[in-house]
Amino acid sequence: MAVTDTSPSAPAAIGFARRRQTLIIGWLLLALAVFVAFVFALPVTGDASFRLAFPGDAFSMPNLVVPAAPYAWVVAAVLAFFGVRQFLPGASRWSGLLFGIGLLLAVTPFLTWATAGKSFSLTGMLQATIVRAVPIALGGLAGVLSERVAVVNIAIEGMLLAGAFTGAVVGSLLGGTGGLVAAVLVGGAFGLLLAALVVTYRVDQIIAGVAINLLVLGLTSYVSSQVLTHYRELNNAPVFKAVNIPFLSDLPVIGPVLFQHNIFVYGALIMVAIATYYLFHTASGLRARAVGEHPEAADTLGINVYRIRYINVTLAGMAAGFGGAWFTLGSVGRFDENMTNGRGYIGLAAMIFGRWHPVGALMAALVFGFADSLQQKLAILRTPIPAEFLAMAPYIATIVLVAGLIGRARPPAADGKPYVKE
Amino acid sequence: MNEARNPDSVSAQLLKRAAPARADFEDLVIVPVLAVIVALVLGAVIMLATGVSLPIIGRSFVALFVGSVGSLNAISETLTSAAPLTLAGLGIALGFRAGMFNIGAEGQVIMGGLAAVIVGFSFPGLPMVIHLPLALLAGALVGALWAAIAGWLRATTGAHEVITTIMLNLISVKLLDYLLRMPWIQRPGRADPISKSVLPNAELPRLLDWLDPTLRVHAGIVLVVLAVLFVWWLLFRSTIGFEFRASGLNPDAARYAGMRSGLIIVLVMALAGALAGLAGANQVLGVLGRASPNFSGGVGFDAIAVALLGRSHPVGVLLAGLLFGALQAGARQMQVSAGVSLDLIAIIQALIIIFMAAPILMRAVFSFAFQKPAGR
Repeated sequence: MAVTDTSPSAPAAIGFARRRQTLIIGWLLLALAVFVAFVFALPVTGDASFRLAFPGDAFSMPNLVVPAAPYAWVVAAVLAFFGVRQFLPGASRWSGLLFGIGLLLAVTPFLTWATAGKSFSLTGMLQATIVRAVPIALGGLAGVLSERVAVVNIAIEGMLLAGAFTGAVVGSLLGGTGGLVAAVLVGGAFGLLLAALVVTYRVDQIIAGVAINLLVLGLTSYVSSQVLTHYRELNNAPVFKAVNIPFLSDLPVIGPVLFQHNIFVYGALIMVAIATYYLFHTASGLRARAVGEHPEAADTLGINVYRIRYINVTLAGMAAGFGGAWFTLGSVGRFDENMTNGRGYIGLAAMIFGRWHPVGALMAALVFGFADSLQQKLAILRTPIPAEFLAMAPYIATIVLVAGLIGRARPPAADGKPYVKE
Repeated sequence: MNEARNPDSVSAQLLKRAAPARADFEDLVIVPVLAVIVALVLGAVIMLATGVSLPIIGRSFVALFVGSVGSLNAISETLTSAAPLTLAGLGIALGFRAGMFNIGAEGQVIMGGLAAVIVGFSFPGLPMVIHLPLALLAGALVGALWAAIAGWLRATTGAHEVITTIMLNLISVKLLDYLLRMPWIQRPGRADPISKSVLPNAELPRLLDWLDPTLRVHAGIVLVVLAVLFVWWLLFRSTIGFEFRASGLNPDAARYAGMRSGLIIVLVMALAGALAGLAGANQVLGVLGRASPNFSGGVGFDAIAVALLGRSHPVGVLLAGLLFGALQAGARQMQVSAGVSLDLIAIIQALIIIFMAAPILMRAVFSFAFQKPAGR
């Protein structure tokens, strides 16, 4: 080589970064394989039996019995194969997908290890996964809707809490439906407040979000200790009953997991579908995304940037208000101080995991919901893993993802920047 | 999410160096004073809306006043509450100055406080001159390390500090829950998560207990004064402080001028974390004597308001910390003597943040107090 080229061209740099990432994923998969082999396969004896049917189901299903140790060995072998595959030519195309599959696969020997010699209800856990994913998915959806128009939404937590509170109080007065409508409206009102602060008054978006969270926490805690403790009847809302979808809910496993829920689960799924259609298949969705990517260009084309931001952030607030109502109207019927307990921030993480896409946010929410319900079940199975560590896992995963180990997730280009019309 | 770097953004304006002019007088005095007054008035409106009668509202404001500055005990309570808020607020202000948005003070307070407790109950027999500084140092160090994670990730991978610090907050809460049940931390004979007690030699000594043993004000306030002086010197008299401010105002220009932006980011976060960790140490060594879940009590979030209200200036942060300390001390009195919930103060604090961060709103509503914008 006569000429030393110190600045590699852009494609070469990308190729190098991708190769490096592939190698990292390869090592991670191999490490995972070793971990599965030594922790989940070697010390385990006995069968893990998973109950698939509830007593009293239309179709009775036999238990799924898995010999724990052999199963874990098989998974370790598959993981090792995936890992080695990363070091062979042509690996980078499939590395992300294989890593995802590998991670999912690695969870299963964990389950057989935890269940070995015992039995536990797999269907019950999957059902709980869906239920617990609802507020996270709706929080993530709220994040997607507002960040697509370049408004960073730290306030999801506050909007969820406001929805939960309104659902409980108005639900106690007017019944479940009234409470739900009120929760959506109040969520929308806080979305409107956020939009007003960041669009019209150009408050720093993060400060505005933090302030709204503190304001809602203060307001709901104050009213709950000042008023609700004296008037208990104001905090006793009816809970929406599960609606079984005819025929589908009788299917084994799938029925209880997907089709025996209350309106919050169905509502969340429908809203994710509508939001996807709106953002990616309608003219107004295209305008909204244009405002998020390049507000100056959008403005030049005659799009009212401010109006679009107002509308979308308000819609985001309404989605979060609906998700917040789940905590009271969809779950326990009464409001407790700070009952959302950081779910809004997990929704924010779900949005990042889902790469600013509604369906992605829903998928990420399902993963978080799974971790959440797993944590509950592990307490029953009495495994040596502390529940706190499992609870931390989503947060650590988020940090790893944001740090860009696994593929760069790209936010909308103008995200977080206020737009000042010339 | 590069909000803090935009020259038009509010946070960039907050970072602006004070200069003697009418506009700055408005920014530094009129807006904060109006923000506090409006927030208090809205607090009264909220009390009215929740069925609190007018005489009781009057009584609660009297209690708020008496409970914060009305007696020696009240002043002692105000100073006790102000100390952690000011310390953590100084850390956040330092971050603002360097263009870093550190939401993670809460987690840093937790980790720092826990470290201080662990050192505080270990090593029986150490003399106070060694044990107390050691415990404080442990708090500052662990807080610094915890925050430096976010700084390091930002510097090396570009991961935004808002997301990482929020996640670190949530992780620290779980970690605290877990560690408090470890046999070497948990108090013997207790089933609930609570740590052993700090040994007397590691406690921050009470300053006025020779007057009245109930006065809780402790040597932490000396720490606060030292921290204010240190941050002032650091920001305005040292080279590294100049680099902090330069990176906050224009990171690209600072980089072209040869400043090592990555190092600055990590250093700022570590210093902010050290101050927040000290705030946690101050709480456990001076007031609580042990760690329990939620021992931080939201200090890290209130400190964001303190830093904003103090316009990220060390002296301003001290004044804002004193005000918030007074509000919290007064609120306790208010709850006892007027029966109005303590949480009202959380609303007032949130409103203060909103008004402080929205000078445009304040100017629009209270146009009489401000100069007309001369064709801006």
